[in-house]
Amino acid sequence: MFLLLPFDSLIVNLLGISLTVLFTLLLVFIIVPAIFGVSFGIRKLYMKTLLKIFAWATLRMERGAKEKNHQLYKPYTNGIIAKDPTSLEEEIKEIRRSGSSKALDNTPEFELSDIFYFCRKGMETIMDDEVTKRFSAEELESWNLLSRTNYNFQYISLRLTVLWGLGVLIRYCFLLPLRIALAFTGISLLVVGTTLVGYLPNGRFKEFLSKHVHLMCYRICVRALTAIITYHDRKNRPRNGGLCVANHTSPIDVIILASDGYYAMVGQVHGGLMGVIQRAMVKACPHVWFERSEVKDRHLVAKRLTEHVQDKSKLPILIFPEGTCINNTSVMMFKKGSFEIGATVYPVAIKYDPQFGDAFWNSSKYGMVTYLLRMMTSWAIVCSVWYLPPMTREKDEDAVQFANRVKSAIARQGGLVDLLWDGGLKREKVKDTFKEEQQKLYSKMIVGNHEDRSRS
Amino acid sequence: MVNKRPCYCYLFPFGLGHSGVHNPLEAGQSPADLQQIGALAVNPLGDRIVDSFFPDGNHRVDFPGFVRVLAHFRPVDEEDPGMRDPKQPEPLNSRTNKLRFAFQLYDLDRDGKISRQEMLQVLRLMVGVQVTEEQLESIADRTVQEADEDGDGAVSFLEFTKSLEKMNIEQKMSIRVLK
Repeated sequence: MFLLLPFDSLIVNLLGISLTVLFTLLLVFIIVPAIFGVSFGIRKLYMKTLLKIFAWATLRMERGAKEKNHQLYKPYTNGIIAKDPTSLEEEIKEIRRSGSSKALDNTPEFELSDIFYFCRKGMETIMDDEVTKRFSAEELESWNLLSRTNYNFQYISLRLTVLWGLGVLIRYCFLLPLRIALAFTGISLLVVGTTLVGYLPNGRFKEFLSKHVHLMCYRICVRALTAIITYHDRKNRPRNGGLCVANHTSPIDVIILASDGYYAMVGQVHGGLMGVIQRAMVKACPHVWFERSEVKDRHLVAKRLTEHVQDKSKLPILIFPEGTCINNTSVMMFKKGSFEIGATVYPVAIKYDPQFGDAFWNSSKYGMVTYLLRMMTSWAIVCSVWYLPPMTREKDEDAVQFANRVKSAIARQGGLVDLLWDGGLKREKVKDTFKEEQQKLYSKMIVGNHEDRSRS
Repeated sequence: MVNKRPCYCYLFPFGLGHSGVHNPLEAGQSPADLQQIGALAVNPLGDRIVDSFFPDGNHRVDFPGFVRVLAHFRPVDEEDPGMRDPKQPEPLNSRTNKLRFAFQLYDLDRDGKISRQEMLQVLRLMVGVQVTEEQLESIADRTVQEADEDGDGAVSFLEFTKSLEKMNIEQKMSIRVLK
């Protein structure tokens, strides 16, 4: 026992020192470039290495599956039933045609067989619901060595399991503490920095400093998540007095956009750590924070946003009109509120690559802390950001049409499906207007239009 | 019969209805869970379809019950009806059973007849407020008259079947699952 003691403490000391040195070096290597906006390209190299390993892993699994003669992939990405994309009118006409031998003229009438159309459509939606699919994480086609994305990849050899185990070790024991340390540094610098800047008198120097403090801290947070972002068309970046509109996948979207530009944030005042950060940020430059009670009052919200936008010295507002997090395969309906203000809209499309880590926040499944932990134990967050050219509302367009136009542009650029549905559907009941449309279409078939009726 | 049926396990909508149940296959679904499906709520006959999952006034449907209803929509097997064993009960996706499913959507009180009043109510569901009461009544009257053969003012299941005898039910009331 006595012989072990000095030996023990020596090893422990060496370990402690080397770990500290390692950590400090890494922090310096990562934080200093973040401050100056310089990149060494380490993350891109990391990404390439990971891709090679994933490709190897997939090959091994395919080989294993072939040996056992089973199917490896579940081909249900786009729905599990065969659907015909025909309209209500066409389908009902077809049903009637197949049922009666008499020649079909266009006189409006009712047939008992019409019910089959609604019946089948209803059953189809129960079997394969288009909306709910958008609220579960996207399924991958090859495995990325994270057990959380392993849905149906069963044929894993010993080598692969060892590799996976190594991956777990690296992610949880090396990357996670590093990332937490970086995040902590980033957030505390933000709070301290903005508070200090807040003491300066208003003027150009204060603006300059506040912009750079914000930027620096966001860049550190980006490295805390190992986010590898590719920005396209940076010449279209939002300017003062504008509104920046983007599709929403997770709270990380804010960090991704704000690390490449200067924005004013909009949001509800929270308690706890978020509240502290919010109060500190607003000291350095004007952000728009609403109390809980104010959020319900649409006119108040619109008024404050309009005031901010009209002041050209204030930064562009960053807003997510979908209102909720979507799983990044589609864009859901934009709420029209922000499009009524009359500011220039700068659309931004964000598309994540799910191979390295799924950034989608399923708020009904995970809380914020669990979500952040999951983010920090993924390999990396890889995404592309496209800055689209600015759009303004045209004279004969109303807010809803303008919102839809912007939405289509974002969906097209990001390669996402442009959906009509409201993201709030995952929580609320559907509005009756959609049902009325179906009823209108059907009524035309059985009684005809108003003009026909008055004639007969 | 059981091993020929495609596996509907993944269809059970346990993602809906945040009831927080960990084994939803045990607890079953309630009408409220099914009504949360967005595209079903905009179907004019959505409520009738949800109702068809809960026969006999039950308030929950378990997984076998759920599958039994969906099984009505399986495409018909192309086997010679003469080959089937007459002692076995008719399969759920037979023509008769598909027609019976559609019949039940009309027959609100489940008494085996579609009265003029029930026809009117279902029609009203399908058209909403777009059609006047008189027009709807004349349509309902005409439909019941055309189908009614024994003159009792209501459409029985046999009369319903007869009026749809030329219809290609097998195709129109089937949903094909992709392999």
